[in-house]
Amino acid sequence: MGGEERVRIGSDADIVLARQRGREMAARMGFSSTDLVLITTAISELARNIILYAGHGEIVLRNGSDNGRAIFSVMARDQGPGIPNIEQAMRCGYSTSGNLGLGLPGVRRLMDEMTIESRVGEGTTVVAKKWKP
Amino acid sequence: MQVPILKQGPFLIASVQSALSDADLLQLRDTLVEQVGRYRSRGVIVDVTALDVMDSFSSRTLRDITQMIRLRGAETVVVGIQPEVAFAMVQLGLTMEGVPTALDLEEGLAYLNQEIRTKGNETERHGR
Amino acid sequence: MNEIRTHAGMNDPQRASSPAEAPTESTSLLLRELVAHLRHYRTQLRQEWARRITGARLLTAMTDEEIFAEATSVYNNYVEALETGTLEALQAYARNLSERIIPRGVETHEVLGIVLLLRDVLARSLFSKYREYFAKLDRILDAYEPAANRIANTVAVGFVQERERVIMEQQEAIRELSTPVLQVRERLLILPIIGVIDPQRARQLTEQLLKSIRANRARVVVIDITGVAAMDSHVANHLVQTVEASRLLGATVIVSGLSPEIAQTLVNIGVDLSKMTTVGDLQGGIEEAEHLLGYRGAQSRDIAEAEG
Repeated sequence: MGGEERVRIGSDADIVLARQRGREMAARMGFSSTDLVLITTAISELARNIILYAGHGEIVLRNGSDNGRAIFSVMARDQGPGIPNIEQAMRCGYSTSGNLGLGLPGVRRLMDEMTIESRVGEGTTVVAKKWKP
Repeated sequence: MQVPILKQGPFLIASVQSALSDADLLQLRDTLVEQVGRYRSRGVIVDVTALDVMDSFSSRTLRDITQMIRLRGAETVVVGIQPEVAFAMVQLGLTMEGVPTALDLEEGLAYLNQEIRTKGNETERHGR
Repeated sequence: MNEIRTHAGMNDPQRASSPAEAPTESTSLLLRELVAHLRHYRTQLRQEWARRITGARLLTAMTDEEIFAEATSVYNNYVEALETGTLEALQAYARNLSERIIPRGVETHEVLGIVLLLRDVLARSLFSKYREYFAKLDRILDAYEPAANRIANTVAVGFVQERERVIMEQQEAIRELSTPVLQVRERLLILPIIGVIDPQRARQLTEQLLKSIRANRARVVVIDITGVAAMDSHVANHLVQTVEASRLLGATVIVSGLSPEIAQTLVNIGVDLSKMTTVGDLQGGIEEAEHLLGYRGAQSRDIAEAEG
């Protein structure tokens, strides 16, 4: 058990690639079809944020386990401008006009667990995980 | 990757494939707007049955398509959103407000026909 | 003792206990010595242990013969875990044992109780053997105690995990039974919700409903919440999400049976009730649905006449 895949994110075509790889890995891990959609949607949003705010970065997909339970995790890493106010970013989802905000609360709802590390001027790392019940 | 667009009478039917990039979606938007103008279509069906993920960009682009096509006097309806995709969309907070949706192609056609009838009745009444 | 935390109905993966440290050479020797002792006196020690179990009124759901049979295998596994220092075999055994005794109604405190009793029975036996040799007794206990505690921990955790798994399975089964989606007319589904809804059940309801909409090509869904006493904002949000997701599948949702309290909850969390079609009771909901579908009901006839 345990495997890792990195996808470099530099263009919108890479978003599709990251989604596909994520779906394949999660499917191999035995996630339900609903969970597969939740996971690939989360990957898509995180990869898109990288392009929108940093221009380029990396998605790391991990097939892991903790005490017998399978965990799928996606790490979105970039060296972009960083998030000045993480708390605020976590409070604001998409406005009703559908502006492309960070969408982080949405990603949090799609997955089971999410952590954000960000420093202004240095970059951002978001890790989102889903457990296989 | 090009999205195939069929002309069916007064309507255009675009069948979206699964691995759709942002650029493909924008291309679809422009093509549909252009073709609605060229063929004077009354309605557009965007069939997303094969789409495995709907994220913020695709939902935003579908809204743009709907609005732009409305400016050309035609109605759009999105059909074929999968149950799991719909579930993920509302989790993410995407409601696609302002975009008519229907279950499948058949329902989409019924919707567009109904819309044309309603519009027809309106112009009749106003015309008197 | 490691904590098991829960959050919003989901279990965090439990922090792994510290891995069994490879025993030092002298510890190994000591362990081997005490294991030999425990094996040599296994019959007496098992009996002493079984006596203590009955005395403490544990495992009352099992007969004496059953206790004896299980005691033998627990004892052997315990001693083997002491000897090898590895816990995998013990973990597997603990899960296996739990699978067998949980249906018998054995509870967590009983399992922990009997393992701690065994630990004590063996400790006392070591005390009496090495009573005269203080220094050695000290070293023996230094070797025994951490190992014995790891074993108690492993067995208890294995039991609890198995128990949680069983409970989840049972809950799932109950949920499946209590969430019927009914098709009453062509294109019309009714989803009556009864009782308490927790977030997990709410999610399951939504998934089931969406799949039914697709399978039945439903155009209208009546979600009846007459039987729901109260709703917290979390579940209310979920209801709104269900309405929105259904719309994405081309179905209109009518919420019927909205009590004034629940209407208030929805307003409090900022739901625009004008966007949701709500009706006082299920009958009203069905009539509204039929009206939307174009069935000839009293309502639609009246409207047709008025427009005529």
